[in-house]
Amino acid sequence: MSDEPREHHLLCIVCPEGCEMDIVERDGDLVFPKGICRRGREYARREIYNPCRVLTTTVPVEGGEIAMLPVRTDKPVPKPKLIAVMREIATIVATAPIAVGDVIRENVMGTGAALIACRDIAAT
Amino acid sequence: MKRIACDVAVIGSGPAGLAAAVAAHDQGAEDVLLIERDVCLGGILQQCIHNGFGLHLFDEDLTGPEYAARFIAEVGKRPIRQMLRTMVVELKANREILAVSRDEGLLKISPKAVVLAMGCRERPRGAIALPGFRPAGILTAGTAQRFINIEGFLPGKEIVILGSGDIGMIMARRLHLEGAQVKAVIEIQNCIGGLSRNLVQCLNDFDIPLYLSHTVTDIRGTHRVEGVEVAPLDRQGTPDASKSFSIPCDTLLLSVGLIPENELSRQADLELDPVTQGPVVDQHYQTSVAGVFAAGNVVQVFDLVDHVSICGTAAGKAAARFASGDLGAWDAQMCCIEAGEGVRAVVPQRLSAHGEAEVHFYLRSQSVMRKATLRLSNREGESLFEKRFRIVRPPEMIHIAVENGDFAPSGTYAVNLTGETE
Repeated sequence: MSDEPREHHLLCIVCPEGCEMDIVERDGDLVFPKGICRRGREYARREIYNPCRVLTTTVPVEGGEIAMLPVRTDKPVPKPKLIAVMREIATIVATAPIAVGDVIRENVMGTGAALIACRDIAAT
Repeated sequence: MKRIACDVAVIGSGPAGLAAAVAAHDQGAEDVLLIERDVCLGGILQQCIHNGFGLHLFDEDLTGPEYAARFIAEVGKRPIRQMLRTMVVELKANREILAVSRDEGLLKISPKAVVLAMGCRERPRGAIALPGFRPAGILTAGTAQRFINIEGFLPGKEIVILGSGDIGMIMARRLHLEGAQVKAVIEIQNCIGGLSRNLVQCLNDFDIPLYLSHTVTDIRGTHRVEGVEVAPLDRQGTPDASKSFSIPCDTLLLSVGLIPENELSRQADLELDPVTQGPVVDQHYQTSVAGVFAAGNVVQVFDLVDHVSICGTAAGKAAARFASGDLGAWDAQMCCIEAGEGVRAVVPQRLSAHGEAEVHFYLRSQSVMRKATLRLSNREGESLFEKRFRIVRPPEMIHIAVENGDFAPSGTYAVNLTGETE
């Protein structure tokens, strides 16, 4: 039994051309409009089956020269998990001194990605 | 009052200033002074915690603070004097700088060459004549960015953003992730003001509504913002009040454009370009005032930081050459480069004959064009350089490299863009 076809509307951000794509997903296959290049198709497959994003945010710092530490995931994490990852990050308080690249939390929210510091913060 | 002499003074330590200070030292300037009003180096990069920086220069996807850290480390490896918490209040045409330092009080600095790297400012509410009361809760997107990312305060819970510049869209995502409800992004034009990757990853990813060809016609609330009135534009471009609707909110963010910060440039009587609103520069980023150079967003607003750093490097190098007597001021041999048909602005606007083999031009198109042809030609219409583009868009800056030897002394040239407009 086949699933109902699903339609996806995507704006490709791979190159400056910025193609808009109306893609139909049918029986696990993607049907592309004419003129979409190989890189565009790869982008669309990722966006439809497993969209991932690098998450950037901040955590408060204790004993540092500034109040907030910018952090990011060291690799892209699944888009549907972003809010859950933010909830876990909301429980973290970092302690100065901190160096850029320091791991603030391993395997954040079970995504396999580490949360890393994006700047140096000296202790007061 | 303390007096300081130096070879090169750099005003501002954002991406342009950091690159300029490093380049000036590496070009042989022994005494380089880097002046920053904030408590640390890096400028606005420190509050731009999102990624997407350094893709061109480092082939890496860095956040703003990480990108800044790369250059701050390079500054730290060199004997560059860093003056933090120091604000330049005056620049004279003889390059004399008056600065106020938290630690040292009033300073008079006499550099042999100056690099202006003050960046840009956001257009405020007054610039777009937004009607309504003046309650709390109306701020620029960059101010909100500083509150959240540096100070750790959420400026509101129910947000409407006017303007779809990059910072506006990035703040829509940031506020959403921090638990605020972003109710709408409203754009007066019929297309977004920022890059399409921000439309996809900041608005579409979180189903944040975007209203194109709409504007805010009224702000409600006397003490705190309570809501905004939004109306679509009719064909003449005026708001159609009969179709207006209200959006309750407690905060209105403005992301309605950036303007190069040139208060000091005006004091020193630099020639300014009425379109870019930054100084007119040659390919060394030297301005009309001898020994005063300008780099980065102070010259024109760039969309990618990588290019700001590249300009900073060129300006710093040239400033060091000027300080050592190896480079002169503008002369009668200078060529003029004008923005012609289809081009909003081009930088540099002047060309000195004593240049390097290649000149890099940055320009913006006036409108979206497909199958566009860019032509750099002289008064007689002879083409020196041609390049084709599948598509050009005003938010995406065009960068070209042209052989310097092809230009005749004192010539006037124009850059034109022709193609299919939508």
